[in-house]
Amino acid sequence: MKKAKQIQHMISKPFDLLSEELVFIILDLVAQSPSDLKSFSLTCKWFYQVEARHRRSLKPLRAEYLPRTLTRYRNTSDLDLTFCPRVTDYALSVVGCLSGPTLRSVDLSRSFSFSAAGLLRLAVKCVSLVEIDLSNATEMRDAAAAVVAEAKSLERLKLGRCKKLTDMGIGCIAVGCRKLKRVSLKWCVGVGDLGVGLLAVKCKDLRSLDLSYLPITGKCLHDVLTLQHLEELLLQGCFGVDDDSLKSLTHHCNSLKNLDASSCQNLTQRGLTSLLSGARCLERLDLAHSSSVISLDFASSLNKVSSALQSIRLDGCSVTCDGLKAIGTLCISLREVSLSKCVTVTDEGLSCLVMKLKDLRKLDITCCRKLTGVSITQVANSCPLLVSLKMESCSLVSRDAFWLLGHKCRLLEELDFTDNEIDDGGLISISSCRSLSSLKLGICLNITDRGLSYIGMGCSNLRELDLYRSVGITDIGISSIAQGCCHLETINISYCKDITDKSLVSLSKCSMLQTFESRGCPHITCQGLAAIAVRCKRLTKLDLKKCPFINDSGLLTLAHFSQGLKQISVSETGVTDVGLVSLANIGCLQNIAAVNTRGLSPSGVAAALVGCGGLRKAKLHASLRSLVPPSLITHMEARGCAFLWKDYNNHNNSNTLQAELDPKYWKLQLEEDIEL
Amino acid sequence: MEPEDDLCQNNWGGSSSSSSSKRREQVCFTSQHKWEDASILDYEMGMEEEPAFQENSNNNNGGQVNVDFLQGVRAQAWDPRTMLSNLSFMEEKIHELQDLVHLMVARNGQLQGRQEQLVAQQQQLITTDLTSIIIQLISTAGSLLPSVKHHNMSTAPGPFTGSALFPYPREANNLASQTLNNNTCEFDLPKPIVVEEEHEMKDEDDVEEGENLLPGSYEILQLEKEEILAPHTHFCTICGKGFKRDANLRMHMRGHGDEYKTPAALAKPNKEAVPGSEPMLIKRYSCPFPGCKRNKDHKKFQPLKTILCVKNHYKRTHCDKSFTCSRCHTKKFSVIADLKTHEKHCGKNKWLCSCGTTFSRKDKLFGHIALFQGHTPAIPLEETKPSAQKGSSACENSNNNNTGMVGFNLGSATNAIEEVAQPGFMDGKIRFEDSFSPLSFDTCNFGGFHEFPRPMFDDSESSFQMLISSACGFSPRNGGESVSNTSL
Repeated sequence: MKKAKQIQHMISKPFDLLSEELVFIILDLVAQSPSDLKSFSLTCKWFYQVEARHRRSLKPLRAEYLPRTLTRYRNTSDLDLTFCPRVTDYALSVVGCLSGPTLRSVDLSRSFSFSAAGLLRLAVKCVSLVEIDLSNATEMRDAAAAVVAEAKSLERLKLGRCKKLTDMGIGCIAVGCRKLKRVSLKWCVGVGDLGVGLLAVKCKDLRSLDLSYLPITGKCLHDVLTLQHLEELLLQGCFGVDDDSLKSLTHHCNSLKNLDASSCQNLTQRGLTSLLSGARCLERLDLAHSSSVISLDFASSLNKVSSALQSIRLDGCSVTCDGLKAIGTLCISLREVSLSKCVTVTDEGLSCLVMKLKDLRKLDITCCRKLTGVSITQVANSCPLLVSLKMESCSLVSRDAFWLLGHKCRLLEELDFTDNEIDDGGLISISSCRSLSSLKLGICLNITDRGLSYIGMGCSNLRELDLYRSVGITDIGISSIAQGCCHLETINISYCKDITDKSLVSLSKCSMLQTFESRGCPHITCQGLAAIAVRCKRLTKLDLKKCPFINDSGLLTLAHFSQGLKQISVSETGVTDVGLVSLANIGCLQNIAAVNTRGLSPSGVAAALVGCGGLRKAKLHASLRSLVPPSLITHMEARGCAFLWKDYNNHNNSNTLQAELDPKYWKLQLEEDIEL
Repeated sequence: MEPEDDLCQNNWGGSSSSSSSKRREQVCFTSQHKWEDASILDYEMGMEEEPAFQENSNNNNGGQVNVDFLQGVRAQAWDPRTMLSNLSFMEEKIHELQDLVHLMVARNGQLQGRQEQLVAQQQQLITTDLTSIIIQLISTAGSLLPSVKHHNMSTAPGPFTGSALFPYPREANNLASQTLNNNTCEFDLPKPIVVEEEHEMKDEDDVEEGENLLPGSYEILQLEKEEILAPHTHFCTICGKGFKRDANLRMHMRGHGDEYKTPAALAKPNKEAVPGSEPMLIKRYSCPFPGCKRNKDHKKFQPLKTILCVKNHYKRTHCDKSFTCSRCHTKKFSVIADLKTHEKHCGKNKWLCSCGTTFSRKDKLFGHIALFQGHTPAIPLEETKPSAQKGSSACENSNNNNTGMVGFNLGSATNAIEEVAQPGFMDGKIRFEDSFSPLSFDTCNFGGFHEFPRPMFDDSESSFQMLISSACGFSPRNGGESVSNTSL
């Protein structure tokens, strides 16, 4: 009798039979969807406890609840506070006390209002802290950096945009944190040669060093390049690094794999040669926007690194035909080439380059406006392994060039045909690329539903589709995409003027949808939006600007169903106070844009602002600035919300919308603007 | 060899006596550089040998020397072939000279009526030739000997404790050196290598390192402690009043009568040393403190340049530091000029290390931090920070912990005894220091070494610099400066 009862008891709690490890394995699988995990933990007390013990990473929405959250999740090792704009010293000390021993990584890159005292608590209590991200702490001074140095076991440190930091602070960190492996000092404009040099002298384990936009000269690079394990060195926009200071540089940094010397205006071939002299195993080289001409001479400086080089970026450089030819002959193992915005690239140069590069995987020829179909045909013929091709605004490429691409390059995953002459025939050819995941067809005026339906049938792995201003597309095309591509995560149908609610309803089948942009679609209404809101639970980004039929009811549905929404634009819609206030229901909403929404009153905006606790950015009409109480604005700013006051004067709203919807007119306008 | 000896004596005998007497009079120590320069010019034509030989010739040249043995060993490489070629060269020269003198003797009668000028010219010619031969001879002989020395008591004006003639067994050498000494004792050979500028007295300890004076190329004077510390060095012979400066004394003397008001009496006494007359011996000074590196009995003796150097050195290293900075109340000095220099900059050293050392320049601070383990930049106005507290305690430790330092010095001394040649010796030193693990280096607490009296580091300074350069990639000069920076 007793036994039977026991058995019955065990059956009623079958999970009692499982060891915690096994449950954890199950939970690892459940954890792929946050909402599933939530349902699991709400099942029973035991599940609740198991889930609390299982969870390692936390991304809380409000810093106020940190004490309770951290009490529940005792094993937290990764704490991401990017949703909490305001993290006080108290909150940091709570973190230090509650999850001190287990915490390994903290992200404070989006937070402020903590000081050195809070960081000290964190550094002292969290003995095993390995990673800390203090980017954007623009008010952080050397004293706080000296406190960070107390975290002795730190390996990864990000200090991007800590503008008030100087050599002294970096010196403290260099001395204190000897185990540092990855350091980013991007935009720390107060840090110079001495700080970086000391970092290199003291932290011998450095693997990655980001020195972008630092006022350093070549002096500290002498020390940096003696590091035994350095793999990544980013020198983007270091204007002080010039040929003279690199003249005496000789190094044997064989570990260096990734070098970014983009936008180094004063670095020319001479300096680069000495910089590359010892980096025999370099795999990635970024020379975008450098001042030197990529000529034959220049290519000769690649001589020493050519054997292992896999990727080269020459964006915005003036590239000669000879230079490309030489690169093709020297660096035969190249897999990635980026020539974006190299206006001087010609068919001959590119053809010579790709002919030699049988292994080419990624090619970026964005805005190489001189290129014609000859190049694309050559690419298709010589690079069968091509995975990514970005060729935005190569408008001279004829439509038949695209036909070959799909047949020859079957492995394509990423395609950017924005502003090209591609037509349905091209799309049909491309639809044979089964693994295609990202397709950008913005401003492709020649494509229609027929071509798109082939994509929908062929490319079932499509994650991202951009149809911005591709006006030939209607509901039929979208519905075929929605049917075939169930993994779709991002779709942009802005200014596709024929799109109606039908498309939205069909798109609601794509449950993975995260970003939905339908700016300037005059026919969509709240019904379509409701379909999306109800079925696409992962929706995070929504652009409804210039959709005049969207109103409060749409937002009410959103507020109820799309709890994951982070960013929404309801400018120039029919939304009123009610809709806006209802958005406060969405906990993680960070960005709101509501400009020229005539139904909004100052008090309604004020209520919505107060209600949205996690708001980071609000884009509002300038006229509201004086109407909303200033104390409220200061309060919001103290909470970490930035205001963007926009002042558009579009009196004839409907007319401009009509004009904008006409792609030809829009393009003409754009060109006029560029010429101006 | 007979004839040359005769020739030498003939030629120089006359002038030497006068020059030595002149030297005895001279008290001015700064004018000697002029002499050197002039002698270089004179000598230019006779210089055909390699510099190494030149150096050796200087070895035999001067007064009382405490020879740096190591250097002597290094400079002389015995090579019979060079010797032979030298000898034959000299033979040729001697024959030439012989012919010339013969010619002159033959013509002597005819030339009676000729002008004096021509005779002077001839004499000069012969003198030059002779000089070059003699130098050749000396250098050739010198290459046979590890080092040659002799003493010249007569030239010493001050209280002079004659050091042992040949303190090293190797130098208790044969007749050759003796005869050489006889030949050259009154001989002021030019010193082509010595081109030293007049430098500020204050820097003597630092600048001295760069001086390449060979042992034996100068005479050594040693003042007594009382003499060094005496406030006045010039005394009135009539009333006995003391003065610091000779000029002041002369001003004072005017009051004692009209005979002291003549321009001759008021003139600077050493001004009559005209470039045309005979060059005098370089004077260098020895510190009376036994065991000091600046003492002439020290194995690696490094002489002091002037009396003022002696005074400053003695006060800095062997006296109490009685002057305290009125601003920081921590720094102490024994030389008042040092105090004044410090007070000029006190408080301006805003770059602070956790060990308490301050720097006037940021790069010096970072060089310091790069060199020492555990030192961090101290953020100003952050006294409450734990790092600062740690730093100060480390500093205290380092002040008490001299033992590591002493051991270090001993190590270098034993190295020196082993008679390793200078460059090799340096290498050995570097290895010695490299073998310090970072940790043990840390425990030695070199951080506080600025607080030590300077001479402890004189031995090791240059190798220190090399350590800096080898270990941290900082230029040696920088490192050296950072050391000297704070010791002032």
